[in-house]
Amino acid sequence: MADPMKIRASAKDGITEVKVLMSHEMETGQRKDSSGNLVPAHFITELSAEHNGKQVLAAQFGTAVSKNPYLAFKFKGGAKGDKLAVSWVDNKGDKRTDEVAIN
Amino acid sequence: MRARLQAVLATTALVLAGSALAQDSTMDEIAKYREMLADGNPAELFELKGEALWKKARGPKNASLEQCDMGLGPGKLDGAYAQLPRYFPDTRKVMDVESRLVHCMVSLQGFKEEDVTRQWFSRPGKESDIEALVTYIGAKSNGMKIDVPARHPEEARMAKVGEYIFYRRSGPQDFSCSICHGQNDKRIRLQDLGNLTTQAGAGVAMSTWPSYRVSQGAVWTMQRRLIDCMRQARWPEPKYLSDSVIALQVYLQKTASGTVMQTPGIKR
Amino acid sequence: MNMQRREALKAGGGLGLFGLLAAAGLITPSQARAEWNKSAFDAKTIEETLKALGATGAQNSTDIQITAPDIAENGAVVPVGVVSALAGVEAIALLIEKNPNPLAASFMLPAGTEASVQTRVKMGQTSDVIAVVKVGGKFIMTKKEIKVTLGGCGG
Ligand code: HEC
Repeated sequence: MADPMKIRASAKDGITEVKVLMSHEMETGQRKDSSGNLVPAHFITELSAEHNGKQVLAAQFGTAVSKNPYLAFKFKGGAKGDKLAVSWVDNKGDKRTDEVAIN
Repeated sequence: MRARLQAVLATTALVLAGSALAQDSTMDEIAKYREMLADGNPAELFELKGEALWKKARGPKNASLEQCDMGLGPGKLDGAYAQLPRYFPDTRKVMDVESRLVHCMVSLQGFKEEDVTRQWFSRPGKESDIEALVTYIGAKSNGMKIDVPARHPEEARMAKVGEYIFYRRSGPQDFSCSICHGQNDKRIRLQDLGNLTTQAGAGVAMSTWPSYRVSQGAVWTMQRRLIDCMRQARWPEPKYLSDSVIALQVYLQKTASGTVMQTPGIKR
Repeated sequence: MNMQRREALKAGGGLGLFGLLAAAGLITPSQARAEWNKSAFDAKTIEETLKALGATGAQNSTDIQITAPDIAENGAVVPVGVVSALAGVEAIALLIEKNPNPLAASFMLPAGTEASVQTRVKMGQTSDVIAVVKVGGKFIMTKKEIKVTLGGCGG
């Protein structure tokens, strides 16, 4: 199973700022391994973030997003203690959801 | 040889500089680049993973590492990294964070040394438990001062050995660490090579490891950094956890003592 | 997180992320979005990408800013942000002109989400980075050159 994400979500002056680090190889499909074979593409394709169950961001990634992807965004609202969940799936169907309380 | 290297360093610096002005604005933008990466250092992912590994019962003895003594007593990690390497009476050896960690994995968890060290650094698609654990242990010293006075006779001896290795020229190209790291304001391409013989220079270097290497997409430990520098010096590569690598760390940590740890770092 | 939810997430193979989330009750079906835009991510030129995004003819605009350093020390990780003060931004796409497939990422912003996203991308070489923004049903764009210095020494 995929390793956990690191999510930071902090509310200030009516805006919640979210910063997410995801643990993922983001393999482009163009790299060769030590024996010269192409390593198949393996990357996060879709991501969704929800604040108390309501979607606040949807994203689609290609292979050009860096290994161990980073994403930051802001939305109006959100209070300390509210739930912020982030989910992703990759092109092989692997997936991961993590949730934090906004602080 | 030395003259040749210096010529190479000088021309790279010249080509790079163009004019002092162009170089300054280049360095400003590089500083901005580094700053943007520092917020959200992917090493934090390895820290999380390391914490989980530390606490999980594993190995033939189905034990966690929570009773591991990194020098401050069983399970006491806060500030431990900043005081390593140090002398451990139980093994009668000066050990760095990595050799001590492996010692705990063997003695507490029952792993075989060759099994836990086989993947001592990660390759694409193959993560390393040791990297994650060292990142976690290192982060527990974030904000604390490096403190390796090397007062114990064995520590003092290792510091001397480390200093000797640092200045000793050897290998087919007659390189020493000090050729690349023994002067102020030296630079290879855009990389500032700090003067590791001063507290300031060694401090900047030692306080920021383990470090996420952007170019590798992985955390490097100090063992990996030093072994790779030995490779760059065209020296025979020492084995992982060798005393020579630990001795260099005692020397460098002693020189850097007093500097506040900012770890995990993030580097090119 | 809630165990039932996790189980639901695990069990839902084949539904796609948004189908899954809807199944898990994380989002309502109306929030579920389009599938991964394969034709846009596979496109090889800026024009093809814009076309696949439905953004052909996007006008240059000074109402969008790309926040990124002028120079990246390593092309493997280049921090890039897109910000706009315009109200009602619905979507943002990030393109790297000289990459084999220019589209790096796209973001859909529900009402209430600020037009401010930041991520990190791979760049094979020095290139223009293009931000395409959908606002009020129309597309606008801006670009910024980012120089990539090739590391080399020091492994
Ligand atoms: C051929 C030149 C060269 C030699 C010889 C060399 N290094 Fe390095 N060293 C480098 C380069 C280049 C870097 C990476 C700098 C960078 O990427 O920022 C580096 C990085 C380091 C760092 C990390 C510095 C920091 O700021 O994070 C340490 C510590 C170090 N070297 C120690 C040593 C030791 C000890 C030796 C001798 C065994 C040695 N080096 C030999 C070129 C060299």
